[in-house]
Amino acid sequence: MELEARDHKVFSRVGMWLFLLSEILIFGGLFLVYAMYRAKHPADFHAASLELSRFDGTLNTAILLTSSLTAVLAIFSLQELNKPRRTALYLAATIGFGFAFLVVKAFEWGAKFEHGLYPRAAELGTKPHGEILYFGLYFTMTGLHALHVIIGMAVLSVMLDWVLRKKATQQNSAALENAGLYWHLVDIIWIFLFPLFYLIS
Amino acid sequence: MSHARRYFAVWSALILLTALTVTMADLNIGRVGIIVVLVIAATKSTLVLLWFMHLRSEKRLLLKLLVPIAIGTLAIFIGLTYTDILTR
Repeated sequence: MELEARDHKVFSRVGMWLFLLSEILIFGGLFLVYAMYRAKHPADFHAASLELSRFDGTLNTAILLTSSLTAVLAIFSLQELNKPRRTALYLAATIGFGFAFLVVKAFEWGAKFEHGLYPRAAELGTKPHGEILYFGLYFTMTGLHALHVIIGMAVLSVMLDWVLRKKATQQNSAALENAGLYWHLVDIIWIFLFPLFYLIS
Repeated sequence: MSHARRYFAVWSALILLTALTVTMADLNIGRVGIIVVLVIAATKSTLVLLWFMHLRSEKRLLLKLLVPIAIGTLAIFIGLTYTDILTR
């Protein structure tokens, strides 16, 4: 019986890592396209990147890194300390940081739309080919990433509910652990997106 | 509580590396800039994978190697496509 429970934990972890693997390859395809177009249009990519707010990008990086810290502390508080209330607080903080990230992102996208820098905008059409490609990739990749942040927040909200209803406990924390893994992966993807779009020299 | 303190230390390192990569971008060091940026991003990801995602204490070799294998595969894809594009 005990052995069965342990096997169950291992299976759930293997399944989660396989899923994360497929996520890496989804973004990997986009990174491949990015690398090729940047190699073809280095000057245009640099010029287009200057349109982004480096401050907003750095702020959002700090927000997501901090949210990863609160996520790992949430799991630690349940698994090692058995303090579900603390776990609930850390989870709420993680969801809050995710929301803050999206608010900054919304302001950034809003500013781009105001300047006519969005897919198929007439103004963007007058720019060099490389800049059009840059903004196409920017909206696709940060958009897909933001979608992952939204999904992550939804999953963490379910986990918060489970912790409060004692459905996720010290003995039964596999789901919470997997939710944490997902959130960290979303953070890792941003770790690469940030320098590739905001810091082109 | 030493574990919790370690998580804070990892977080501090991640923030410091972010500050470093932003500062490096201002220096405008040319073509090596992209390499520096990628090395810092890879270091940050490794920290997250090992400490936050607990791959450091993972006993199963398959799970330990899964991400390096995925990244290695991607590196081959991107590397081969890159040489193709540049030598056309």
